[in-house]
Amino acid sequence: MSPGMVLMAAPVAATGHGETFLFWVGSIISVLGALGLIFSKKAVHSALCLCAVMICLALFYMAQGAIFLGVVQIVVYTGAIMMLFLFVLMLIGVDSAESLTETIRGQKWAAVVVAVLFGAVLIGVFAHARLGVFAGVDGANASAGGNVQSLAHLLFSRYFWAFEVSSAVLITSAIGAMVLAHRERTTPRKSQRELAADRFKRYGKDPSTIVTPMPSPGVYAQHNAVDTPALLPDGTPALLSVNATLRSHGEPRRIRPLPVPLPRADSGDSDANGGPDHHEEVEA
Amino acid sequence: MNPDNYLYLSAILFTLGALGVLIRRNAIVVFMCVELMLNATNLAFVTFSRMHGALDGQVIAFFTMVVAAAEVVVGLAIIITVFRTRRSASVDDANLLKY
Repeated sequence: MSPGMVLMAAPVAATGHGETFLFWVGSIISVLGALGLIFSKKAVHSALCLCAVMICLALFYMAQGAIFLGVVQIVVYTGAIMMLFLFVLMLIGVDSAESLTETIRGQKWAAVVVAVLFGAVLIGVFAHARLGVFAGVDGANASAGGNVQSLAHLLFSRYFWAFEVSSAVLITSAIGAMVLAHRERTTPRKSQRELAADRFKRYGKDPSTIVTPMPSPGVYAQHNAVDTPALLPDGTPALLSVNATLRSHGEPRRIRPLPVPLPRADSGDSDANGGPDHHEEVEA
Repeated sequence: MNPDNYLYLSAILFTLGALGVLIRRNAIVVFMCVELMLNATNLAFVTFSRMHGALDGQVIAFFTMVVAAAEVVVGLAIIITVFRTRRSASVDDANLLKY
């Protein structure tokens, strides 16, 4: 930033039109996103709503002169933390239903009342506080030649001790996560040979056990996805060829049978004339 | 527009996050609501930083993000561990300490 910008950094009594527009659009989106986070039934939808809120907040940070925080918000929150949430959702089951029984009677409505009162108090405090005129952050940003540089000056001088402690927090949490997520194997892993022996033992007791490898899914002109069942010789789908997880999700994919060429009545004639015949083409 | 409106928005978002923590039963959604509350306070920090014309508020918001990242990592690991033993991510099911 040029020195002229420092002189021009005047107190902000009202924002520019662009920021006003951004604020109203962004605030509507973020409040709707927060409501969606609370009230959507599926956890994945909640996560997407939270992403929308976070991106709106990143835009607000940038509009208020906190460029670095805006970028960090997108990279760290929307990028890393929300991905972590989605991975955990994937691990513990996207469709784990939420229990609707109330352990404490009337807790939900009490929570709504408490939240409304709390919000009223908070907004009332802001409304009555003598907030004063906004000084604007342009001067502070320009003091070391930019937002990032000024933040770095603060971070590595006044907040150096907090910075060091935060690195300890990060290392501790990484180790903690590894310790918590680690599972000790109590029995040795079975080898392929032992698994085969077990299968044949089960086959001895129950002849319906399948000892051969499962059939692979079907590959057709229309689909070659893994949820496409292979066809048995009589044309019925072989459900065993589809993964058990996919089978439990519902009906496997149906294939539309291709039209079967019918033998023409005057096939003898056309053969003699060398005309088009489906059987001939297939063999050629 | 008065820049105070950012503070009102942060108050509303914080309240909505708290409401979500109170009424939801799924541990992951509760966790996301906590994240929303942290984000709302960050917005207030950035706005106050603009009000005072100093960058200290932005540094504090930065530290909030660091702590939030650490908290999410440990919290999600705990949720996975609880899910592994109890086959449930509901906060109502983890009540062994009650008795």
